Amino acid sequence: MGIQRAETLKKNKVKEFFLAIKNGSIWTKLSCLFMGAGQIARKQFLKGALYLLLEIAFILYLIFFGVGYLAKLGTLGTVKSSEVWNDETGVYDKIQGDNSFLILLYSVVTLILIALFIVFWLMNVRGNIKNDKRIANGLGVSTLRQDIDEFLNQKLYVPLLVPPFIGLLVFTVMPIIFMILIAFTNYDQQHLPPGNLFTWVGMDNFKLLFSGGLSSSGSFLATFLRVLLWTLVWAFFATFTNYFLGMIVALMINKKGIKFKKVFRTMFVIVIAVPQFVTLLLMQKILDVDGILNVVLGTKIRWLADTRWNSLIPRIVIIVVNIWIGVPYTLLMCSGILMNIPADYTEAARIDGASTVQIFFKITLPYMLHVTGPHLITQFVGNINNFNIIWLLTGGGPIDLNNYTDQAQSTDLLVTWLYRLSTDNPVRYNIASVIGIIIFIISASMSLITYNRSSSAKNEEDYQ
Amino acid sequence: MKTNVNSQSSTTKNKKLGQKATNTIVNTIIYIILSVMSIIWVLPIVYLLYTAFRVTPDTGIINTLIPKDLKLGVGNFAYLFKDTMFPKWLGNTLLVAAISCLVTTLFVLMVSYALSRLRFKLRKPIMNVLLVLGMFPGFMSMIAIYFILKAMGLTNSLLALILVYSGGAALNYYICKGFFDTIPKSLEEAAILDGASQIRVFFAITVPMSKPIIIYTILTSFISPWCDFIFVNTIINDREKYTVALGLYKMINAEKSSFNENFTVFCAGACIVGGIITALFMSMQRYYVEGVTSGAVKG
Repeated sequence: MGIQRAETLKKNKVKEFFLAIKNGSIWTKLSCLFMGAGQIARKQFLKGALYLLLEIAFILYLIFFGVGYLAKLGTLGTVKSSEVWNDETGVYDKIQGDNSFLILLYSVVTLILIALFIVFWLMNVRGNIKNDKRIANGLGVSTLRQDIDEFLNQKLYVPLLVPPFIGLLVFTVMPIIFMILIAFTNYDQQHLPPGNLFTWVGMDNFKLLFSGGLSSSGSFLATFLRVLLWTLVWAFFATFTNYFLGMIVALMINKKGIKFKKVFRTMFVIVIAVPQFVTLLLMQKILDVDGILNVVLGTKIRWLADTRWNSLIPRIVIIVVNIWIGVPYTLLMCSGILMNIPADYTEAARIDGASTVQIFFKITLPYMLHVTGPHLITQFVGNINNFNIIWLLTGGGPIDLNNYTDQAQSTDLLVTWLYRLSTDNPVRYNIASVIGIIIFIISASMSLITYNRSSSAKNEEDYQ
Repeated sequence: MKTNVNSQSSTTKNKKLGQKATNTIVNTIIYIILSVMSIIWVLPIVYLLYTAFRVTPDTGIINTLIPKDLKLGVGNFAYLFKDTMFPKWLGNTLLVAAISCLVTTLFVLMVSYALSRLRFKLRKPIMNVLLVLGMFPGFMSMIAIYFILKAMGLTNSLLALILVYSGGAALNYYICKGFFDTIPKSLEEAAILDGASQIRVFFAITVPMSKPIIIYTILTSFISPWCDFIFVNTIINDREKYTVALGLYKMINAEKSSFNENFTVFCAGACIVGGIITALFMSMQRYYVEGVTSGAVKG
């Protein structure tokens, strides 16, 4: 019912809008065609000129650039670049064909610009309708000073939001739309522009993934499930080992009667100060076959490259290194929270004769889980996307020849696989995009659970 | 009766004594565990420092922990600054980090303020859209970003890096908005009653009260260019324009050999980067703790 009401409300608004144009002054009507005409006629020169310029620029852009690309969006180009023997000049003439990539990219740009233009057009017409009303009420149109004043007060959000959102539009929204579209094309090594064309293939890439269609060896679905399984196993262990070990260390350091608290804490926190890529590369070298660990132990274990037992050793080593990196962070977080546990609870429990272990499991742990629950899920999602640790330690490797399909190596996560698919030969941008969309679905659904449960989203005005 | 009481008190005494004894044992165990763990945690860092200062003929190939002809010195640092492009990379990173952290901080503050303090129709939808956008993996759009930059004629330039690092700033509004949400509104309302404009309230009241979160944002956005090598790797090919992260990464990962000559030099570079970031943290640390509204509005 609510939706219905909202819809009728919307319909009414649209109706109202067109009615206002119909009953509006000649300037309002003219402004629908020539943006800014009404403003100029009513001496809002700067505003009017800006609108007019915008319209001219937009039309010029469409004619000379946008339309050409948009027209080819349906096919993504039909003419391959080629070289044709020219008898007169005696050389091969290059024929510039279509570039599917640029067609898609510039079509996306053009569509976004059209959407923006529509917004400006609406603003322009609304401005005129407002002017009509003001004149009818004998108020006169707003001056430039009044307009500026409005943007610094009631409409302050406009100047505050527009610059950041332009950045967002160009470097986040546009690339994301573009890459989502790529998931519905056959953009891969065989269809690389500018030499070749790629085109729309509908849901084929998703079908390949979920129907287990044939790929280089065996089924693609099997590879995908293998990588997904390891991603989830890794994220699970990485999150929980860090969480519980960090909490235990925090409990030990914060225990009554333990001295040198600050010294111990500093020893752990030092690790945070060194950038992660440095510590990870350092670890990679320490764990190398010729690395210092093997030198000290007098062994020749390939910590990061052993492929026996389904690459079990590298997998465990990665999780252990992650403990070394992550525990200090958990320690910092837990120390703060532990100090906030109301002392009455633990004291009361102690007087009732509860042992330390009981207090931990009945009071401390539930309290911690309650406070840090959302953090745990965020961590889990972060670990699913933890590119650095895998890439810098093993590079996704080792390559286990018994188990190497579709470029996915033994310790590849979905993200590193995605990266490999879009950088290594043969590139498969389309499949990479599909994987990106799946990662998005996984993280989005997990984050939504957190977001709905976290109180900060609901009670944002609690402290005001 | 009397004996009974006596025995009771003695048992509690015994119990207490026993508790004290177990407590000492537990504490000793904890001390041992903590000591061992701290050593494990610090050892790699010590090893990093040791390798950075190690000057031996066998530079790089670590086949013994302490070679017979071990010499310590600043040779690696000298080499780093004289014979590699490290100073150049350091300059690039500083420039990129400084500008992008300025822009990022400004953007984050603007978006957070608008979403926390101002009320407008599209507020909730915008917050939802930002939330959703943040969930797409960054690497997915990397290729598209590269081509967008190429279309703008910006590949291989530091400006591209600045744009990429600060372009997505609006997505990181969340923490800052949470902070703004906790600042009492009464001050602002009072200022508006006194006739201040919204924009003045923002600059003259909210920003000065948000020192901790501003410094937090500056720190995190300043540090991220020091640690990123993936985007740099995609956007920049020119060795002259590397940032330290990519330069150091390439230094030891360029050839796929298991160990190469540059390891000690890499460690020297890593020490410098680590030192800069540690120094930053140390000097800014107190702002984390500093209360926000202390003294401004009581109760």
